[in-house]
Amino acid sequence: MLDSLIQGILLGGYYAVLAAGLSLMFGVVRFINLAHGDMAVLGALGSLWLVQSAGVVVPLAIVITLIGMAALGWLMQRFIFERALAGGFLIPILTTIGLGAALQNGMFAAFGSNTQSLGAHIGNLSWSSWQLPGGIIVGQLPVYMFATAVLVLGSLHLLLTRTAFGRAVRSTSTDAEAASLCGVDPRKVHRWAAAIAVALAGLAGIFLAMRAQVTPFSGPMMLIFAFEAVVIGGIGSLRGTLIGGIVLGVVQALGALISPQISILAGHLVFLAVLGWRLMHVAASERGGWRAALKAVFNKPDLSRSQA
Amino acid sequence: MTSAQKPALTLTDLVGRHGQLQAIKGLSLTVEPNEVLAVIGANGAGKTTLMRMIAGLHPVAEGGILLHGAPVTTMPAHERVKAGIALSPEGRRLFGDMTVAENLMIAAENGRKGDWTLSTVCDAFPQLTPLLGRLAGGLSGGQRQAVAIGRALISNPSVILLDEVSLGLSPAAVEGLYESLAGLKGQVTLIVVEQDLTRAMGFASRLICIAEGVLELDGTPATLSRQQITDAYFGIHKAEEPSHA
Repeated sequence: MLDSLIQGILLGGYYAVLAAGLSLMFGVVRFINLAHGDMAVLGALGSLWLVQSAGVVVPLAIVITLIGMAALGWLMQRFIFERALAGGFLIPILTTIGLGAALQNGMFAAFGSNTQSLGAHIGNLSWSSWQLPGGIIVGQLPVYMFATAVLVLGSLHLLLTRTAFGRAVRSTSTDAEAASLCGVDPRKVHRWAAAIAVALAGLAGIFLAMRAQVTPFSGPMMLIFAFEAVVIGGIGSLRGTLIGGIVLGVVQALGALISPQISILAGHLVFLAVLGWRLMHVAASERGGWRAALKAVFNKPDLSRSQA
Repeated sequence: MTSAQKPALTLTDLVGRHGQLQAIKGLSLTVEPNEVLAVIGANGAGKTTLMRMIAGLHPVAEGGILLHGAPVTTMPAHERVKAGIALSPEGRRLFGDMTVAENLMIAAENGRKGDWTLSTVCDAFPQLTPLLGRLAGGLSGGQRQAVAIGRALISNPSVILLDEVSLGLSPAAVEGLYESLAGLKGQVTLIVVEQDLTRAMGFASRLICIAEGVLELDGTPATLSRQQITDAYFGIHKAEEPSHA
């Protein structure tokens, strides 16, 4: 039980990094990137290619991948997403679905459909572990990944709250037109936010490649996990995203205690429960609280009689 | 100094559209440096559209805008801030989830450098000082307007546009704001959209009235009679549907 809890928390760091990029794109650019998971896979396969085919050492491959993904995010915002956003709300969805499909099949063509892992290239880190009191064994890799996740999200939080760039990002996210009246170029802010978001997707992909295997078609599942972590944690707050990721990781780990087949399903169920609770919470606050909302639901016949 | 002698703002045959509707119909206007201009007009006359066109938020369909003789017609809003135009928009448009200090800092960091800083703006608008740490979303109407004007000022503009200065504010708040604004006279070109005619005539050195996108009246408070202004204002009001906005 305690073991599962710890493993779940550590897994949550990975989900949080995966979700942070999606949340940033939605919160700042108001753009739902349905290819987010596929971009994470691109980061994973890209770093794998660098290591396996180009013979780059793993740390350097990670740095190159992150810079490359950031550049990709900037360019996609500049040349694709900006235009898609100008076309109404449906165009971005169609665009990113298409982009995701193209990425999946493009990666299939480029890298083949074999499941691959960075695990073989990081030496004994992939199986080294620490023994905690109480006989609990934690892998060093998950701990390092969780620490990296907290560090990355923490620095991002400081960047957004304490710097001029962060203020420009937050003002653009609240009201892009008002931000432009303060001299902020919203399009520039959007491009940098997209660069950070896609780099975060790349980092999540590298995490996945290290702790498990990836195929070119792993993206949609990653997208679902990212969405779940964002919804559980609440959009627009990095702390919420971290908590959402941890909740998802813990629920999956606890679900696996019941049966390994229930692990993923447990995550989905908690996501649905939180989503339902959030919707009901909104409905309740619109009707003046829970009691009034419940009354309105159960006294429906009375309501219609009084109206007639 | 040559740029200072040119008109602060020159609008030539400006046309602005909302879809099929022409909101500004070939409006020409020259504003001298450090002039204090009040813009009046009925609801829907095009005052806000004109402000938004000068600030770069609304596209110019025809005509041109010169700022100190230099064309800014196609310049995006954020570049116009750096060129010296600042708009305090209708509805204030503060960043509600950020503190007052942060609201001001954004404009200070991205606008022009100059004499206006956080401390000088707080000197000019003393009501801001106790609010700096508070979230802009929780302020009263008068406080929000003071922040919005401060936010426009801190980008060190040469032309400052204030849309609907006193709309929705208590008389006391309006009084306080105009006292502070009076201190800006002579330092900056002020264009103020004001619904209160007495206030506009008392504050401005020049007054224009816009009706249905056309410049109906242009003069100084001393030369224009109240009757002339109300005719320009209400003559149009009878011709169109009364607005509820």
